[in-house]
Amino acid sequence: MPKIIKDGQVVDDSWQLFELSEDSELANAAVPTGQWIVPLQLWLAQRDKLKARSDIGIQIGIDDDIELLADDYDSVPLLAFDFPVFMDGRGFSAAFLIRDRFAFKGELRASGAFIRDQLCYLQRCGFNAFALSAEDLEAAKDSLSDLQEAYQASADKAPLFRRRG
Amino acid sequence: MYIYDQHDHSILQQRVEQFRQQTERYLAGDLAEEAFLPLRLQNGLYVQRLAPMLRVNVPYGMINSTQLRRVARVARDYDKGYVHISTRQNIQFNWPDLADVPAILAELAEVEMHATQSSGNCIRNTTADQFAGIAEDELLDPRPYCEIIRQWSTLHPEFAFLPRKFKIAVNAAKEDRAASQVHDIGLDLYQNEAGETGFRVRVGGGLGRTPLVGSVVREFLPEQELLSYLDAVLRVYNQKGRRDNKYKARIKILVKAMGPGAFAELVEAEWERIREGYTRLTQDEIDRAKSFFTEPAYSSFDTVAVDNSISELRAEHTAFDKWLTRNVRQHKKADYASVTLSLKPTGVAPGDVTEKQLEIIADLADEYSFGEARTTHEQNIVLGDVAKDKLFELWQKAKAAGFATPNIGTLTDIICCPGGDYCSLANAKSIPIAEAIQRRFADMDYLYDLGDLDLNISGCMNACAHHHVGHIGILGVDKKGEEFYQVQLGGNAGNDTKLGKVLGPAFDADDIPSVLEKILNIFVDNRHEGEEFLQTYERIGMAPFKERVYAKDH
Repeated sequence: MPKIIKDGQVVDDSWQLFELSEDSELANAAVPTGQWIVPLQLWLAQRDKLKARSDIGIQIGIDDDIELLADDYDSVPLLAFDFPVFMDGRGFSAAFLIRDRFAFKGELRASGAFIRDQLCYLQRCGFNAFALSAEDLEAAKDSLSDLQEAYQASADKAPLFRRRG
Repeated sequence: MYIYDQHDHSILQQRVEQFRQQTERYLAGDLAEEAFLPLRLQNGLYVQRLAPMLRVNVPYGMINSTQLRRVARVARDYDKGYVHISTRQNIQFNWPDLADVPAILAELAEVEMHATQSSGNCIRNTTADQFAGIAEDELLDPRPYCEIIRQWSTLHPEFAFLPRKFKIAVNAAKEDRAASQVHDIGLDLYQNEAGETGFRVRVGGGLGRTPLVGSVVREFLPEQELLSYLDAVLRVYNQKGRRDNKYKARIKILVKAMGPGAFAELVEAEWERIREGYTRLTQDEIDRAKSFFTEPAYSSFDTVAVDNSISELRAEHTAFDKWLTRNVRQHKKADYASVTLSLKPTGVAPGDVTEKQLEIIADLADEYSFGEARTTHEQNIVLGDVAKDKLFELWQKAKAAGFATPNIGTLTDIICCPGGDYCSLANAKSIPIAEAIQRRFADMDYLYDLGDLDLNISGCMNACAHHHVGHIGILGVDKKGEEFYQVQLGGNAGNDTKLGKVLGPAFDADDIPSVLEKILNIFVDNRHEGEEFLQTYERIGMAPFKERVYAKDH
């Protein structure tokens, strides 16, 4: 089973990515039983059916509008945000909004082309799981704690000026 | 000045350690070149034409004597013994070895200096008036707010991978000396009619390929809401700014494309959502920041006696008289003055200063200015708080050290980027052009007669020397591998910020001094009594300049 970093630990990843085949129609594609992460457009096409299950996560792309899920954040167990290139920082703001504006409490996973050296910032923006490809995950997870103290607010922590003794 | 506590030290130490490990992984081949690139940039490290360049922040231009001595030591131990003051008040080392950079950063961290975010697509060093806290025309001291912004922007997790770099300037004086209208965000600090402190917020100014003056998006932002508003602006920019073309990625392009009104609406909507949140500044925090920028222990003197003695010395020493006129500025306290040490003597790259000179400046700061100095956006160094009865003594020492060229604000006080001699982005050299101009116009009396004149020289359209807002701007361009220079007239960086207009076809490097001479002759021939260059230009327009400069020789 593939591994990911989740909540600061290297763990087995029990989720699988559901990929649409080229000729499948969104409305008819059948998502088998088990924990599946489905593309946003599939979720939108089969929302009622999929929302009834508790084992469906949603893959969000960099150009997707996170407001489309406004009614889903309180029930979906997992969101996976896909970084096309690590220099594209939109995902940092998206994560912050998903946690702060939409109060999402489930697993927020970074996937795609982000790099180990961004783990610390990604975590502070609200990601708690990291599907890092081609890395020694045990070594990489040390980067989560690169910068333990910070001036600004994080998704789950007040800014330093409210804590400074 | 701001003094670090254990939290500030711990944040900076973590950063130094993080970059040390990243550099080790890179040198060991465990971190790819393309992944290391933004990491090193965000720690101030460029790779230039001949060697790396390390840019160290001087937050809003404030530097103390301990820091100056440490910069001198680093220049001596790790570099070639000189540094460069940049047009954004920072200090650049031109020749460090990549492998030494973590050690350099650790040495700088000991004296509360850092290179964090001095480069890269992130929030850069916040700049301000070099006379902050001491200017006669200042409404409020901007430095506490600059420090609050420095802390907020430093290692901000959400805004480290923006579409492009992001620069904030704070102005708090009647005369804007921070070029705030040509920054991504320009803040004017003032008190409104109700006596509340806050900011006028401009967004979307900038130079570079598409020079634009910023638009006011909020007339009054209460001080407590500074950071929530900045978060909102940056969040909108981070999400909506273009990432497909780096020349269209600055916030100014977004603001222009959307229109300032539509942009402001998005910002206001997000700000309304978060303004009551925990980024709202507390009065305790504002007071804490202010507590570091209190007045030093100014003395008072027999003003009349001091003024009389200065008048006598002026009459006796012409050079002292010239220096007082050009390089010394009235302080908000009657018995004090602010002294600009000129880093623009002829034959030295504008803004360059040696390690020995840095140590002399540190000594002068200790002796005459409460141990503090300021770097300026015009690439000079200011001793802000000099008692007037010490001016003559200070002048003698500054003169001996080569800082007393009485040319501040004149044609030869040139703002100049490192250009093609150092920078890998440059299309053309700029330092030799500056030197040729300084040599041609060496007659001080002529320079004084010309009056206040901003001459800015950039080696490419990235405009590090702000050529668009020089009264006269020179831009190096490349045409089929050869260097040419375009001349612009009529720019201004002050309250009435204006972008210069191109005079006409570009010139050879060798022709620039004579072209400038023709331009200045037109000015001298046409000026009315008391007019500065810019006023004459605005009155007579571009045509007479164009005619004379491009006239066929008879």
